Formats: sequence, C-alpha cells, structure tokens
Amino acid sequence: MPWTRDQMAARAAQELRDGYYVNLGIGIPTLVANHVPAGMSIQLQSENGMLGMGPFPWEGEEDADLINAGKQTITTLPTTSFFDSAASFGMIRGGHIQLSMLGALQVSEKGDLANWAVPGKMVKGIGGAMDLVAGVGRVVVIMEHTAKGEAKIVRECSLPLTGAGVVNLIVTDLCVFEVRPEGLALVDLAPDTTLDDVRDNTEADFVVALQ
Amino acid sequence: MSVRKIYSTAALALADVLRDDMTIMSGGFGLCGIPSVLIDAVLASGVRGLTIISNNPGAEGLGLGKLFNTRQVHKLICSYAGENAQFARQYMAGEVEVEFNPQGTLAERIRAGGAGIPAFYTRTGVGTVIAEGKPLAEFDGKTYLMERGLRADLALVHAWKGDTEGNLVYRMTARNFNPMMASAAALTVAEVERLVEPGQIDPDHIITPGIFVDRIVVVDKVDKRIEQRTVRRRAAPVEE
Repeated sequence: MPWTRDQMAARAAQELRDGYYVNLGIGIPTLVANHVPAGMSIQLQSENGMLGMGPFPWEGEEDADLINAGKQTITTLPTTSFFDSAASFGMIRGGHIQLSMLGALQVSEKGDLANWAVPGKMVKGIGGAMDLVAGVGRVVVIMEHTAKGEAKIVRECSLPLTGAGVVNLIVTDLCVFEVRPEGLALVDLAPDTTLDDVRDNTEADFVVALQ
Repeated sequence: MSVRKIYSTAALALADVLRDDMTIMSGGFGLCGIPSVLIDAVLASGVRGLTIISNNPGAEGLGLGKLFNTRQVHKLICSYAGENAQFARQYMAGEVEVEFNPQGTLAERIRAGGAGIPAFYTRTGVGTVIAEGKPLAEFDGKTYLMERGLRADLALVHAWKGDTEGNLVYRMTARNFNPMMASAAALTVAEVERLVEPGQIDPDHIITPGIFVDRIVVVDKVDKRIEQRTVRRRAAPVEE
C-alpha cells in the first residue's frame, strides 16, 4: 500500500537533524512541519523574509502582514526574526540553510530537478526554487511517484530544469531513492509495495540498497 | 521639524513624476506589504507603457493587478505570476512582455542596483534557461552566471512607520522587497501607516534610512488583503 501524503511527510522528516534551519516548499513538504520529532529544535525559514515560522493562527487572529512563502497566514515564535528578501536569499545562497524540501514535476537519475515550467502551458514563474536548490546543501524532493501514469523519475528531464545535479533524496508514495554519484539507489520501500511496482513506475535505472 | 518630504496625497506625491514608458519598482510579496495607495495613484494617472519590477503582478483586480486590467503595463520583471488571471491572459496572448527571475536573483539585482554594483555572479540558474545568453565564470572550481543590477525611475514602497526624515520601519513579513527597492530608484516614494516625528523611532530599529526616501505619504486606512487565509479552529483538538 503506497504511503499517504502524511506518511510521505513523516518519512521525509527522518532527514531532519537537531539544530537544522530548514526551508519547506508548498504542498506535501509543508506537512513535514507536523512530524518534527519531539525534543528536536528545528527553525523553519520562509523565503519571503522570516526565520522561526510558527503554526497557522487561531481563527480571528490572522494578520495580513504575517504570511509564509505560500501566502498563507502564519504566526511567530519566540525565536522568530524578520528580514528583507535580499538577506533571505543571502542565507539561502550562502549555504546557511541545511535542508530544503520541495516538490517536483520530474527528477533525473543524475539529480536534475524540473519543477517550474511545462512547455505550452502558462508558466507561473520560478519563485525561490532555483535559489534554494543552488544554495542549500541538502535537497529532498517529496512528490507522487507518477503523474497521470507517467513516470516522473526519469533518465533525462524533458521539462525545463530548476537545477542540474541538485537533488540528494527523492521521497515518493512508493519508495525513497538516494541520488548517488553512480545513479539512483532504492533505500526504502512503502509497505506492501514490491520492487516490480517501483520498476514499472520508474523510467530511470536504480540499484536496490534497502537499509 | 522639516516637512519637505511630506505630501498630503499619493496623487500629489507622484504628479510631476509619472510619465508613459517609465520603469517602476513596486514592493511587496503577493499582496503583503504592497504600496496599494501609491499603485492606485498610478492607476488614476493613466500613464501607460510601464515596465514594472515586482516579485508578483498583484492579484486579479488587486494591487498591481489593477494596472493590467487597464493595460498600463508593457513589461513585467518578476519572479512568480501565478495568481492573476487577467495577467495570465495578456501574457499568453503576448500582450505583455514578461521576464521571470529566480526570486533571490531578483532581490539581489535590486540590492546591487541600489548599492552601485552593476553586475554580480550567482550559482542560481546555472544549467537552466536562466543562464542563456549570460556570461559564465568559474570561481573556486564552481560555475557561476552573471546577473545585472537593476534600477528604476521610481520606487513605490510600503512601510509601517516612518518619520518626517524618511526613516522607515516595516512590520513582519511586509518588509520583503521594500527596503532594496527604496534604494534602487531615481526617486523613491514611501507610503507609511503611521508618521512620527524624528527621534520617535529608535535609531537602532530603523530598517531603511531616510537617505533612500524622497517623498512620504501617510495612508490612514489600508485595505490589506489575505490571499490564503489558513487558521487553526479553536473548537478542534490541538495537535502537538
């Protein structure tokens, strides 16, 4: 049985380490915040200019001046700091954020990431993704394994790249791949999911290295 | 107290500045921290052929989105343009020119423009379409691409509090692109929610020093919109 979105987020949360500064993208990556292990100190960065992102506000306490990069209303924490967009991306490009988790349209076996444009469709823009994958030391992609039956883990991305050779780990509803210099390694499998299930839904080659 | 920077209305602050085909920077992230009263004055002036530099094109009929409804924008330099259907239609029809930048590159281009730095190198976009036509260089074994600093004829910014000298303080995530934009234009106009006397803002707390601000307008009632209202319901059990 494939992992649910919440189970994917829980699996990705195993990548967190105490003291990390982390940027979580929109969608499933946002759910990782619900799975920070007890006792672990994690500061979430929001690239619109905030470190130490708190949970959604109580109903009636929303403030239009306090939003995350997904434009959702949020709250502060005692650890919160605010800064401008140049400082925000300075900390991203400057390697001060340890971990970035984001969604993808395609990932290649070399760790190339495509997540911003589909030719022929309205391009919504790039946002902060290109800076995050260029500047953050460890990049984790969390996504559905396939899109409408099409493989998303491919030999070469056919869609415009967000970054080349930037992805370290891929968490899907079926499994977890590590991107190694020699190619993809399958390191975890969802319950009741077989290697054939993964092979049938993955275009890229991979070795099996279950831990 | 000097009041030479203070204008009684946004229209007066912009009256001798606005012209067709000019380049305008406009602060804000989504609809957070946008200079909405100044944008309304640009709208009312009817100037056209504008090049707008902003992280986003507002939303449908809100903020900069209004200037797309009236077709006053010729070109948009932004990072993300997802939430504006009118803009999307004009963009797909080729009626408005768009230059997408990575968000951090856009922020740094504006910062550089204001700091007298004509170009800089960044890792962002190497190996993507963003690198097309841009000089590459290797530093310490890694490839970087060159980006140009950005400047504008006019910057419109929104601040929470300002004094008559133009020293500005922002509120929470409404800061975003406003401080860099204030520094990167030939003329900067700030709308402030509260105007105070010099000395009433602790000098240690000032984010934008008054040297970057030429004109100030007080906006009493700001219509702040929330794009994604996300809340915890009090009745529901709290998840820990």
